[in-house]
Amino acid sequence: MKKFIKDLGYKFNISEIEYQRENLTFLTIDKENVVQLLAYLRDYEGFNHFVLMTAVDWLEDGVFQITYILNNHEKKYDLGIRTKILREKAKMTTAHHLWNQVATYQRELKEMFGIDFPGSPRVDESFILEGWDNIPPMRRDFDTKKYSEETFFPRPGRETKDPSEYMKQKLYPNETSK
Amino acid sequence: MILLKTDNFNHMNKQHWLNIGEDRSKYPEVGADGKFVVDYQSQKLVKLWQGPNHPGVTGNMSVELTVSGDEIVEAKTHVGYLHRGFEKLFERRKYIQVFPTCIRLCVAEPDYNEYNLAASVEELGGIEVPEAAQWLRTLVLEMARLQSLLRVVPGQGGTTGMGIGVQWGVYLRDLILDRFEELTGGRVYHMYIIPGGVRGLLPKGFKKRMESNLKDIDKFIVDIDNLMFSNVVFKKRTVGIGYIDPAWIDTFGVVGPNARAAGFKRDVRKDYPYLKYEELDFDPKTATESDIYTRSRIRWHDLKMTVDLIRQILAKMPDGGQIRAETPNVLHWKIPKGETYVRAESSRGEYGFYVVSDGTEYPRRINLRGPSYVHAVSLLERMLQGANIADVANIMVSLQTCPPEIER
Repeated sequence: MKKFIKDLGYKFNISEIEYQRENLTFLTIDKENVVQLLAYLRDYEGFNHFVLMTAVDWLEDGVFQITYILNNHEKKYDLGIRTKILREKAKMTTAHHLWNQVATYQRELKEMFGIDFPGSPRVDESFILEGWDNIPPMRRDFDTKKYSEETFFPRPGRETKDPSEYMKQKLYPNETSK
Repeated sequence: MILLKTDNFNHMNKQHWLNIGEDRSKYPEVGADGKFVVDYQSQKLVKLWQGPNHPGVTGNMSVELTVSGDEIVEAKTHVGYLHRGFEKLFERRKYIQVFPTCIRLCVAEPDYNEYNLAASVEELGGIEVPEAAQWLRTLVLEMARLQSLLRVVPGQGGTTGMGIGVQWGVYLRDLILDRFEELTGGRVYHMYIIPGGVRGLLPKGFKKRMESNLKDIDKFIVDIDNLMFSNVVFKKRTVGIGYIDPAWIDTFGVVGPNARAAGFKRDVRKDYPYLKYEELDFDPKTATESDIYTRSRIRWHDLKMTVDLIRQILAKMPDGGQIRAETPNVLHWKIPKGETYVRAESSRGEYGFYVVSDGTEYPRRINLRGPSYVHAVSLLERMLQGANIADVANIMVSLQTCPPEIER
């Protein structure tokens, strides 16, 4: 498999190869070539099974990492394809034409990370959140605590008691009062 | 097996209706892409919502149906009723603190979450799990599969109105939950698998009590075969209905029993052996009919296989030994920078965790790959086209959907 991955590196301008396990390798490639690589792997190399697609927010670098994991069932091999896109006006080429479930993943990424996939079916429909008007919630700069405090009615929280003191008061009310 | 002329392909096949001489002029035409041409302005269509209260064992999600007569021309899955923002919570918790949260990702089978997360952390952190702990993990994962299948196999009958099998199944599932309770302290959520190993050894007399439960389940397996799989009503409601085309397996990413019922031998335990599965003797069944009945039958075979696997594990596993590897203090454990994808075979199919570490005590990203993400959204939407309204719940249950893993 190492030779195959090296050859792939020459063909597709792969910038980084990381051998994670004997059957899992991560490749980093620039965003322009991702969809071509996915199509090539599916059509010519037997990576038929689209395992998942997700995004990772590297806020400090100002980029989103999009990861696609493909699986070759015959060779029992997984390839993780990573690409980085800018967080500002995040936009990525759609891959919905390659596998049917990709459109769902892209719809979720649009909602949760604000990454746009122009041309992907129903990408603008809300997936989980309805009527969301804040920044996309899975971005790391979204402050969950602040949002909850502002949005939901503040509640005083539970009354807490020190168990040993509380039991003493219950069992020996006269002694504690002294 | 002969397919009845009710499968969803025939509803969309013009030639079929011409052959049997039925008038289809009131139904929408089928377009070149194999889908119905849906014209909302035609005044012939009605919107109907199925859910979000769940019809059987499918969990809370709703399907927006566009129907013509009693036939579905378009379906859209709507999720979000169980969204608790787990993946966001993970990013704000240390690895060990993720465990009590991640098990809630799927109520039916929480142990696969524990295993996947522990295995990812061990792989990134370079921890070797001791032999005895691996056997105990294998046992717990198979027990999780067993209790899930005891709910789901008779649950398929439940959607066609056969409640008695469900009651038997729930009773037997409770017995397995008793075994979970004595092994882990918890009935539904166990938090038994932790980074480096497991939390405890088998209690005294566990094997004997387990064997007595397995004997009850053996009887149930025969009874449910006679009760459900030979029942004419069940067969009429399931044979030939809810067909998954083998061509869809890769294009939709179908896994587990749903793929095995379509002739694809996909089982992570065989394909990518983890824990002690290489030392166990088992052979997942496949079939080719790919309808609701066959998928249910495959799960019944899985149930038999799981009982057998638990017996094998209990016979082969060591009685004692080290159950936990040395790990750094879990509250200050900095996992080296890196990423990985770890998978296990749940009763629904491939269940995986994609974990990204940035070198701190907190995970940068944990993403769950659940089978329902595909089965209950893109696949279900496609399968429901041409199906009857009465079959929607049946088809959903046959895909064994679990909405919490879609919305996380």
